[in-house]
Amino acid sequence: MYVAVKGGERAIENSRRLLAEERRGDTSVPEVTLAQIDEQLSLAVDRVMTEGSLYDRELAALAVKQARGDLIEAIFLLRAYRTTLPRFGYAEPLDTVAMQVRRRISATYKDLPGGQVLGPTFDYTLRLLDFDLAAADNAPEAEAADAPLEGGMPRVTDILGHGGLIEPEEPRDEQEVGDLTRDPLRFPAERDVRLQSLARGDEGFLLSLGYSTQRGYGKNHPFAGEIRLGELAVEFVPEELGFPIEIGEITVTECQMVNQFQGSATEPAKFTRGYGLTFGHCERKAMAMALVDRSLRAEELGEQAKAPAQDQEFVLYHADNVEASGFTQHLKLPHYVDFQAELVMVRRMRETAANNAARNDDFEEAAD
Amino acid sequence: MSTAQGYNFAYLDEQTKRMIRRAILKAVAIPGYQVPFGSREMPLPYGWGTGGIQVTAAILGPDDTLKVIDQGADDTTNAVNIRSFFQKTAGMATTDRTREASIIQTRHRIPETPLVEGQIMVYQVPIPEPLRWLEPREGETRKMHGLAEYGVMQVKLYEDIAHYGHISTAYDYPVRVNGRYVMSPSPIPKFDNPKMDNSPALQLFGAGREKRIYAIPPYTRVESLDFEDHPFQIESWDQACAICGSADSYLDEIVTDDKGGRMFVCSDTDYCGERVAAGHTGEEQAA
Repeated sequence: MYVAVKGGERAIENSRRLLAEERRGDTSVPEVTLAQIDEQLSLAVDRVMTEGSLYDRELAALAVKQARGDLIEAIFLLRAYRTTLPRFGYAEPLDTVAMQVRRRISATYKDLPGGQVLGPTFDYTLRLLDFDLAAADNAPEAEAADAPLEGGMPRVTDILGHGGLIEPEEPRDEQEVGDLTRDPLRFPAERDVRLQSLARGDEGFLLSLGYSTQRGYGKNHPFAGEIRLGELAVEFVPEELGFPIEIGEITVTECQMVNQFQGSATEPAKFTRGYGLTFGHCERKAMAMALVDRSLRAEELGEQAKAPAQDQEFVLYHADNVEASGFTQHLKLPHYVDFQAELVMVRRMRETAANNAARNDDFEEAAD
Repeated sequence: MSTAQGYNFAYLDEQTKRMIRRAILKAVAIPGYQVPFGSREMPLPYGWGTGGIQVTAAILGPDDTLKVIDQGADDTTNAVNIRSFFQKTAGMATTDRTREASIIQTRHRIPETPLVEGQIMVYQVPIPEPLRWLEPREGETRKMHGLAEYGVMQVKLYEDIAHYGHISTAYDYPVRVNGRYVMSPSPIPKFDNPKMDNSPALQLFGAGREKRIYAIPPYTRVESLDFEDHPFQIESWDQACAICGSADSYLDEIVTDDKGGRMFVCSDTDYCGERVAAGHTGEEQAA
């Protein structure tokens, strides 16, 4: 008969062990190392660092390994670790002009100072499965350029800015930059917090939202003004020193969308900006982020906000995949109590309906 | 029991605990009001009790005795996970007994055994906003609370009665706290709502993903919304618990075969066990 056990600590422990065994897989196959994940699945590591908002390749690789390649799970692992870290302070703002560029393209100018630098990209590959790659011992080499790229490559938006053709982007000194990981989201959210939320947001969600703006749900006429990828030094001012010191180097992808703006009675027509920035090489994410950043600016630019991608609460409350994944999957938790409450309710409603029907029948018979 | 290496007592750092305690104090001062707080990522997924865990972590001391239940039971997966999390990170005593616990973290139930002064209930809350299904925008609902503009909720309940003859909300049944704020009691069955009223225990509610904390201080008026001619009613069963024979506890329905066979047992396993130990039996035991 019925045994009064609902979960059982031992069953849970066994499930954890089984998971660990499955994670390892067939032990006759060598175990994957963190260095292998970092080097050969580097874009997975980049995504996990970006959405996990923690720049640490080794920890991100560990998260990918522990999550068996489930990147959202890996992002969650990294976030849960990140939240325990002490906060020493805030780094100096990054200046992407100073980037050691590895890739830089513009879709708005054929040629420009610094040139088009294609760098490593899937863009020009034919998507044919490469069966040679199935074999081990691949060691392809690329030819190095004669000279390194010149530093200080100007941003396309700065070039446009010289003619006043694009809105200026001025830092707001008077206000501290918000921190989403310390303070809850409040609406209306300012752009600093929105960008932070988008940077942590799920790539798939932002991709689809950005795509929806291209198909007319909140159209904002984008051009990929510039996409650049490369390394940047991070500087920090320790209180006791009072001047910035370099604490490390990170790889980032930056996307600056150039969008149309019709102008108004008081303002001449000019271009507006959408901005995307990610850790590592996450180009698709950076572009989607820039599209959504621009669409969320609808209200400040006097556009009618009626598409989902223009709705702050809708976008920002649902962009976080750690939140979304947790709440979606919580449906797996037991809900017997609430379901029982619904059962009692539905049975009672059916009873009421049946009684009413019976009473109506009696009434009709009497009327006949 | 030693605590986990490399982590602070009860996992959260002291700064974060202080921030959460401030939110709790504010919540206690304004019963039923949802206080936004800087919810952290926890090593359990959002939607799995992160709000309750953060509240518990912020109030827990080494001398506390913690009880964790889900669906009324101590050994459901979620309760087991959360209990072992605190054993690992705080190393305090745990118990299955409602009477012995100083803090009870719960999902979906309030124990049948009456709570006493000094005890703290911590509820896990998925959606803290009782008006959410009527108005999806947070900006709007905060305004509605500010103005105590709860007409939409009364209309919803009225429409239920007009359509079905009953208020169709079976769990997470809205309450009004201290005559002011309409509050979500979390997804407990409405059966448990009356236990909130004038409870000698402090009741704290944590919503991690939604980043809200709210509270009912001890001995506070908590009314379930209703109408004079349609008073609030709780669930009742024709059966008694098959194990302990209790006729007034909340029952789980267990399907015993695929021919419509079912039995009913207490959802609160501690309460049920206590009654059995005291010599009560149900038809299952007697058979």
